Amino acid sequence: MDKPYIPEIIAFCCHYCAYAAADLAGSMRLDYPPSIKIVEVPCSGKVDPIYVLRALEEGADGVLVAG
Amino acid sequence: MQASLDLGDQGYKVYLIEKETAIGGKMAQLDKTFPTNDCAMCTISPKLVEVGRHPNVEILTGAEIVDVSGKAGDFDARIWIEPRYIDLEDCVACNDCVEVCPVVVPDIFNEELVQRHAVYKQYPQAVPNAYAITKAGIAPCRDACPAGQRAQGYIALIREGRWEDAYRVIKMDNPFPGICGRICNHRCETSCNRGKFDEPINIRALKRFVTDKVYEQPRTEITPAEILYPEDRVAIIGAGPSGLTAAQDLIMNGYPVTIFEAMPVAGGMLRLGVPEYRLPTEIIEREVQDIVDLGVELKLNHRVDDLDLLFEEGYKSILIAVGAHEGIRLPIPGSNFEGVIINTRFLRDVRLGKYQDNGQSDAPPLGDRVLVLGGGNVAIDCARSAIRLGKEVHLACLESRSEMPAHDWEIEAAIDEGVHIYPGRSFERILGTEEDRVRGLELMEVSNFSFDEGGGLHVEKVPDSTHEIPCDTVIFSVGQRAGLAFIPEDAGVGITNKQTIAINPNTFAATKAGVFAAGDSVSGTAFVIESVESGHQVANSIMRYLQGEDLEPPPTPDLPVVELSEADLDDRKARGEISHQPRVPLPELDLNDRVSGFAEVELGYDENNARAEAARCLACGICSECMSCVFACGKDAIHHDMVGENRNINIGAIILAPGFQTYRAELSEEYGFGRFPNVVTSLQYERMLTASGPTSGHVRRPSDQESPKRIAFLQCIGSRDQNHDYCSSVCCMYAAKEAIMTIEHARAEERTHPGSGDVFCQVFFIDTRSYSKGYEEYYRRAEEKYGVAYTRCRISQVVEDPHTHNLIVRYSSPYEDHAEPIEEEFDLVVLSVGMEISESVKDLGRQLGIELDEYGFCHTTLFDPLQTSREGLYAAGPFREPKDIPESVIEGSGAAAKASQLLAPARHSLAIKKEYPPERSIDSEETRIGVFVCHCGSNIGGYLDVPSVADYASSLPHVVHAEDNLYTCSQDTIAHIIDTTIELGLNRVVVSSCTPITHEPLFQDALRQAGLNPHLFEMANIRNQCSWVHSDNWEEATEKARTLTRMAVARAEKLDPVEISEVPVCQEALIVGGGAAGLNAALNLAGQGFPVHVLEHKSQLGGNLNLLRYFSAPKDSPIDVTPQEYLQDLIDEVESHPLISIYLNAELLETDGFKGNFTSTIQFDQELISIKHGVIIIATGGVEYKGEEYQYGKSPHIKTQQEFEAFLGEHIPGAPGSGSDDRVGELPDRLTMIQCVGPAEKFCSRICCTTAIKNALKLKEIKPDAEITVLYRDIRTYGFKERLYTEAREAGIRFIHFEFDRKPTVEILSADSSETEIAVNIYEPILQRDVQLPTDMLVLSTPVVPDPGTKHLANLLKCSTDMDGFYMEAHVKLRPVDFAADGIFMAGMAHYPKFLDETIAQAQAASSRAARVLSQEKILTNSRVAQVDPQKCVGCLTCVRICPYHVPRITTELDGVGGIVGAAFIEAAVCHGCGSCASECPAQAIQVRHSTDEQTLEKVQAFLF
Repeated sequence: MDKPYIPEIIAFCCHYCAYAAADLAGSMRLDYPPSIKIVEVPCSGKVDPIYVLRALEEGADGVLVAG
Repeated sequence: MQASLDLGDQGYKVYLIEKETAIGGKMAQLDKTFPTNDCAMCTISPKLVEVGRHPNVEILTGAEIVDVSGKAGDFDARIWIEPRYIDLEDCVACNDCVEVCPVVVPDIFNEELVQRHAVYKQYPQAVPNAYAITKAGIAPCRDACPAGQRAQGYIALIREGRWEDAYRVIKMDNPFPGICGRICNHRCETSCNRGKFDEPINIRALKRFVTDKVYEQPRTEITPAEILYPEDRVAIIGAGPSGLTAAQDLIMNGYPVTIFEAMPVAGGMLRLGVPEYRLPTEIIEREVQDIVDLGVELKLNHRVDDLDLLFEEGYKSILIAVGAHEGIRLPIPGSNFEGVIINTRFLRDVRLGKYQDNGQSDAPPLGDRVLVLGGGNVAIDCARSAIRLGKEVHLACLESRSEMPAHDWEIEAAIDEGVHIYPGRSFERILGTEEDRVRGLELMEVSNFSFDEGGGLHVEKVPDSTHEIPCDTVIFSVGQRAGLAFIPEDAGVGITNKQTIAINPNTFAATKAGVFAAGDSVSGTAFVIESVESGHQVANSIMRYLQGEDLEPPPTPDLPVVELSEADLDDRKARGEISHQPRVPLPELDLNDRVSGFAEVELGYDENNARAEAARCLACGICSECMSCVFACGKDAIHHDMVGENRNINIGAIILAPGFQTYRAELSEEYGFGRFPNVVTSLQYERMLTASGPTSGHVRRPSDQESPKRIAFLQCIGSRDQNHDYCSSVCCMYAAKEAIMTIEHARAEERTHPGSGDVFCQVFFIDTRSYSKGYEEYYRRAEEKYGVAYTRCRISQVVEDPHTHNLIVRYSSPYEDHAEPIEEEFDLVVLSVGMEISESVKDLGRQLGIELDEYGFCHTTLFDPLQTSREGLYAAGPFREPKDIPESVIEGSGAAAKASQLLAPARHSLAIKKEYPPERSIDSEETRIGVFVCHCGSNIGGYLDVPSVADYASSLPHVVHAEDNLYTCSQDTIAHIIDTTIELGLNRVVVSSCTPITHEPLFQDALRQAGLNPHLFEMANIRNQCSWVHSDNWEEATEKARTLTRMAVARAEKLDPVEISEVPVCQEALIVGGGAAGLNAALNLAGQGFPVHVLEHKSQLGGNLNLLRYFSAPKDSPIDVTPQEYLQDLIDEVESHPLISIYLNAELLETDGFKGNFTSTIQFDQELISIKHGVIIIATGGVEYKGEEYQYGKSPHIKTQQEFEAFLGEHIPGAPGSGSDDRVGELPDRLTMIQCVGPAEKFCSRICCTTAIKNALKLKEIKPDAEITVLYRDIRTYGFKERLYTEAREAGIRFIHFEFDRKPTVEILSADSSETEIAVNIYEPILQRDVQLPTDMLVLSTPVVPDPGTKHLANLLKCSTDMDGFYMEAHVKLRPVDFAADGIFMAGMAHYPKFLDETIAQAQAASSRAARVLSQEKILTNSRVAQVDPQKCVGCLTCVRICPYHVPRITTELDGVGGIVGAAFIEAAVCHGCGSCASECPAQAIQVRHSTDEQTLEKVQAFLF
């Protein structure tokens, strides 16, 4: 039986804002799909296009840059 | 917080004293901040964390200053610290306690929109990140109970349906819940606060309900207690409630216990004295068995005759706990006849079933007519028992009906059941038959009786009242006592003359060592609960005896009992928290079924009734001490017995920043707050808007939770009214912000849910006070871009439509051409409440002996705005005057500078420096990774398979060790990580637990202690990003935790040690600008011991101060110093200071270097001088705008305010240069002023309104009949400046409003300088027509604009300016004096127009920020900084252009790619580590340390395995 398609997403989150927001989402017990994995970056400015490409290359279905 | 951080960074030890359980103040409650719409919490949160982690800042929460003695520089302060009941060190903020807390109270942080639990964390990001418990005191029910039963606790748990937990609470203090639930005399109910309102809670019935509920279930086997002291055996004589309680306590504490019971059953009076219909045998047996099963040896039918024998048998201590089993036979004639029975014997025989045996037993036979003598509860028991044996029962007693000692409900029940009662009788004699068998009683009626001091009874009988009651059995029930015959006189155990054992009432010790006594044998007859209490106490005493300790119990703190007055209760009713609701009735057995047997009369509540009754509890103590949290806490962090403490600290200075409270809107009854559900305060509205607030950012009407479509904002609630003569300064802006955010939310909702509709916001206001940087533009945006309707009208009343709960607002608005009253209906009304000083802050001020004004604001002076009236005490924030966040932050820094100036010699003396072992080099080592996976109690472990994650981690490459821990951050685990790292030679550590934002520094410190570089550490956040957000999906959460751990391990492998380098600091300052700001900053820094260079491009110091002639001040508090006198003193002080060098007519040509190490070249005296310095303060000021608007320049009678002030100054009688008095005649008779001239239409210049009013009032003062008209758009006399505006109107100065699309026009009617007449035409909105104002002099309020040199200097220093040309701060709210570039600060009008006191405060703030740098001998570079590999650099300037902080530069000292001269260089000391340059660099020549591409990509690659 085919499993339903759940996109694997990698999220690059700025240390100062988006990463802290993800922490808060945890404190508030806001549910979201487990297929999202967060990678902390010092600033969204640090997200090199290579990161995005490599993530897609490695099999991620989507990349989220949050900052 | 700002003051703490500044001082902590400068090397001072700081105590941050906060009354609440967390720092953050009001800002933490806000949604967004104006004018940038940044999230308030996102802005403040990094500061919270910084303060929380700062080694020099010690946060004391729940703390208040009680007393301060000593002098500036050497104060002794006494701090009262409220108990938090949760250990800050141990609490890991896991929330487990909240999950089980049954008590809810209004949530103050959420402005009472929702409820929170008694155990709580103020808000999710709170610092300290720990929970606290709110207690109001001891609930009266607990206080009244001899055993201290936590009634409120089990009632709250019953309300929640948690029967087992409720039972556990009862059992903690009372081994007999089922028994007390039936026969307790429940003093708790007598003292219940609810009794003052309607009826007390039926606590006893609730207790019984819970035990019934638990006893329905199969009994769980009791685990025998562990015997710790096998030698210290204790003998207890008597298996009654006190003996059994003591036995339980002793064995639970490890002492072996033997109980000797003379009777064939255990339970004492409970089993043998209380009738079955009140207390079923099975309940007693169960509760006795619970104690026996702990391992107590129970010897029934075992009468003790000799105490000494017990000692000889090896018992170390003996407890006499015999009951009062001996009844009393009154010595009246006939008392020994056959048929006379004693109560105790009768009840015991009934209980043992002897009367149900058809006369087969040894019990004295009972006749058909039974007469009970006595009026107490036992007498009633006898009577009701006899009824159940089918007898005709009579009861006579001495007391009158109302004085009978038995409980009323008992007497009523007896009467219902058919007992005939004869109160007020004396028993004369028992009448007998010839065989001396009872045949009746002779009685007399009693009119009065009393006892004398010796206990003798005196009875007044009614003459000739002798009568008889025929009967064949008499039961004496007139008292009982313990049978102490087994204690011989020579046993050494003293007996009192009341036939009780003599004891020390504190220790229960009898007169013989090792012998103790409790229960009825020392007190006479008592209630069960008293026996329980004496059992507990005597057990403690015996344990102290056996341990060889002092027998006296240790003192316990005296805790307040919560007594609610009737007024308190009415108040609660008015707020709708409670309503009249009598007890839920308790069902009873039908009367016919009762008397036919011994079945239990009371039937008990069912579940619904019990929960309904429990819901009536008022939760008086707030925390009910139900101990659920204690059982839930995996860290043993909760201690309900914590007490408050006084702490004495020695300090040098005190900064007072206690903040404000919002106006209590319910006091303005006309707006209906508290009565109309849809009228909310602005702070409540903020909570609704906040995404992390109670409605998750959705604005909902409290009445029906619908989205409001029409919202009215009412301004100046508690500001600018009869009771507040000041403006609260922030409400206009926050209302604009709230309206904007509301509309933004609605637009966002429309995008996701089309058709949800738009929202209309209307603001009713007097003047818009958008007087600060960027505020005017923001307000315009609200009106123009968001369509917020602004109506100039103060609303006098809000009316509610009771059916829809909509609100009706009536207004008229001549300024907007609505002179006729209009009625509008709104869905929601927001009251923009103003600022006040709370009573507790006023008390604090009085306590500290500082001067406060009539509203409680701290009094300070214009020239020293942060100095209170007491030396060494400084004030900051709204405590001085209502103000917004940036100004509060400025004052925080400024106050720190003041304190630092006082304490400079003590700098670094108390600062913390931690010692570490040397770092181990890992260069030659193979990678060895250790992984620690955290359960976080149940926070992670409850939602995913933690051990399997650890197992999985051990299979990953390079991982040599993996384990799981209950709490990885606990002290013991940290120590274990250090040990493991050393033992196994780990060189990388990964922790899979919570968030690195709070916990990374802790683990990094552990690595450092293990001799590893702290950067060899990596965290996986499997709590916030996994268990907490995927709580319903065990499998997938576990899988994700594995993935996150794998990603962390992958990155860990690539981690390298990071060296932190040190850069020396040049401890001198350069200040550009010699005005009020520059000079005050110079004085402060020099006062702290730092050499200062002041650069002034003019030939004279003083700047704009040179142009001021007098200060503005309200009439009743004049300032007797002129600006020139003040300036002269200031210049004298600066010039005479040995550490200050002044360069006049000097120009800054070039500045090179970075924070701590600048070199500047200046032109001075035709020479070029080079100055080395560590910081720069820019205080270049501003100038008054002069343009052609309103015919300026075409007549000498059209002046700017500054020119007019100079003109007035020359005409002030007696002023220097003013000449004779007759010059007053030269002053204009008719004066018109026009506000907001030229650029001021775009930005508010902040000071012009007040300056105009100051000058107008001055003219009125000198020339009272002068006619003055001020044409204005908004009068922006914020804060206390409002008082001047009021004064001006009272003085008869006219104010006419105009809008920019209907500006006044100016005609010069005659240019002749002697007879000048100017006409000003304006549309008068009240008259609704144009009017012409003939005027002798026109004064234009032109704004302050940046100094012409601003742009040039900005380019020189690579600093930014804003749209209006003023210097731009690093962050508008929290870094208001810093530039984005490190080491450069600003003060005064170069930042924005401001008043002298504001300038001085900002100058002090700038010097505080500068001192943070100057106080360090060297600065450490950040770990995450960009590094250029010059050999890859092509010098393309991409990094130079992209860096938001202007750090990278191309230097010829480096060779680039292919050896070409010149490559980029990034100074580590100033790099912020954002990495923008690294991502942009086309040659990939830049890497950010500790965040290299290799490290990140490795992590990304591990994403999918």
